[in-house]
Amino acid sequence: MELSDIIVKVILIVVIFLISLVVAMYSTYAERKIAAFFQDRVGPNRAGPFGILQPMADGAKMFMKEEIIPNRASGLLFIVGPSLAIMTACIGSAVIPWGQSMQIGSKVIDLQVTDINVGILYIFGVVSLGVYGIMIGGWASNNKYSLLGAIRAASQNISYEISMGLSIIALLLISGTLSLKEIAEQQHGFWANGYFTWNFFKQPLGFLIFIVCAFAETNRSPFDLPECETELVGGYHTEYSSMKLGFYLFAEYINMFISSAVMATLYFGGYNYPGMDWVTAHVGPVIGPIIGVVALFIKIFAFIFFFMWVRWTIPRFRYDQLMNLGWRTLIPLAIANIVLTGVISYLLK
Amino acid sequence: MESLSNKRKVLEAKPLTLMEKAYLPAIAKGMGITMKHFIKNVFGKGEVTIRYPEQKREFSENFRGMHSLKRDEEGRERCTACGLCALSCPAEAITMTAAERQAGEEHLYREEKYAAVYEINMLRCIFCGLCEEACPKEAIYLDGDIVPTDFVRKDFIYGKDKLVEAPLNQ
Repeated sequence: MELSDIIVKVILIVVIFLISLVVAMYSTYAERKIAAFFQDRVGPNRAGPFGILQPMADGAKMFMKEEIIPNRASGLLFIVGPSLAIMTACIGSAVIPWGQSMQIGSKVIDLQVTDINVGILYIFGVVSLGVYGIMIGGWASNNKYSLLGAIRAASQNISYEISMGLSIIALLLISGTLSLKEIAEQQHGFWANGYFTWNFFKQPLGFLIFIVCAFAETNRSPFDLPECETELVGGYHTEYSSMKLGFYLFAEYINMFISSAVMATLYFGGYNYPGMDWVTAHVGPVIGPIIGVVALFIKIFAFIFFFMWVRWTIPRFRYDQLMNLGWRTLIPLAIANIVLTGVISYLLK
Repeated sequence: MESLSNKRKVLEAKPLTLMEKAYLPAIAKGMGITMKHFIKNVFGKGEVTIRYPEQKREFSENFRGMHSLKRDEEGRERCTACGLCALSCPAEAITMTAAERQAGEEHLYREEKYAAVYEINMLRCIFCGLCEEACPKEAIYLDGDIVPTDFVRKDFIYGKDKLVEAPLNQ
């Protein structure tokens, strides 16, 4: 690897890291504003025009607040919990292809931190590590309600990971690769050889299962049982205060961003958009991929909006309903989808 | 048991049909409803809230807010310190000290007796309006605004400086 490659990668990592932080930061603002619009309210409008500086004010407040660590809490683990939560949320972005390869002079720059050939498995590994952040946080608090909340959260995440994995298998049957870059490449353009290229049109049921599981994995409503207000405690982060709590909440928003990016890449063509070849041929090999990146971000923001839209529409599940849906509906449905995909792709061959 | 009014409605939990069990049609319908609200509010037409510090909601006619001690048409204090308001107060929030009107003070107090000190403890007051009803001189009314916030308990004991209406010609 040449030095220039390393520099490019480092720049890419920093840029992606900053983008995910900024997107997560403004997701909090967007959530409050969108929630207000859904509920016929105004939303934050004090800090700056339209309350645009609200995330800064929230951040300053989080950092300034008094930090309380319970007396008999497990000191180190209490700090490890939120750090693990935010770390696992951030490292998921490494394998997402943000755009086509960009050609500057003779140099080809991949808009992806690393193209490993087990990209999806990596995402799944990272997501399951996220459970540790929740579990350790609940355990280290030395509070039995936190522990109960953590166990509930962990069992929810693990349950939904099964059907998520199964829904991906059907996708892998038709794509034949685990690399996210190749999956995005296969969905090139929008329409080819009389077919829609995007996987959503080939796997609608798989997408439905995947998106439901993504809601559960990111602990978003209607599956936001880890932080169950109905029980008058915050769940696994009851004992957390100041920026440690901020990390937990922030991790949720980064998770939402990353899972939106994964969904856009797996099912909605990633950086591909209709008529991209024609556009790229006309604007050149540098601007063309950038338009692709913009297309991907539009899809991501649409998904984030969808997350929020669902949150203010559907009431929260009861815990037994949640488990019922996960184990007795989604898993059989995902298996049926695998069989269906196998049969159809065999018949089409 | 025999129903007396015949208004009882028997509800049965019917098993869900397949369409209802799928949830998704109902969810789509609900999302349509919320989206309608969203679009309406993006263009700033649907909001039902009041932007409080700038705008204030009009209180209803019979709203009971902060007390005020009234003056008569010549600008004299109506209160005669009879103590009926304090007596009728279920929260015992009102205290007063009566004093005799001196010569030359006829333009200040309507009767020979007046309240030298008149205090209402706003932390105790339950805004029931019984003082208003008990007053034979129509001297006290709960026609003010919401009682403002404060930091110290003693500042919630309102004396005559805060309660008496402003003089007429001012």
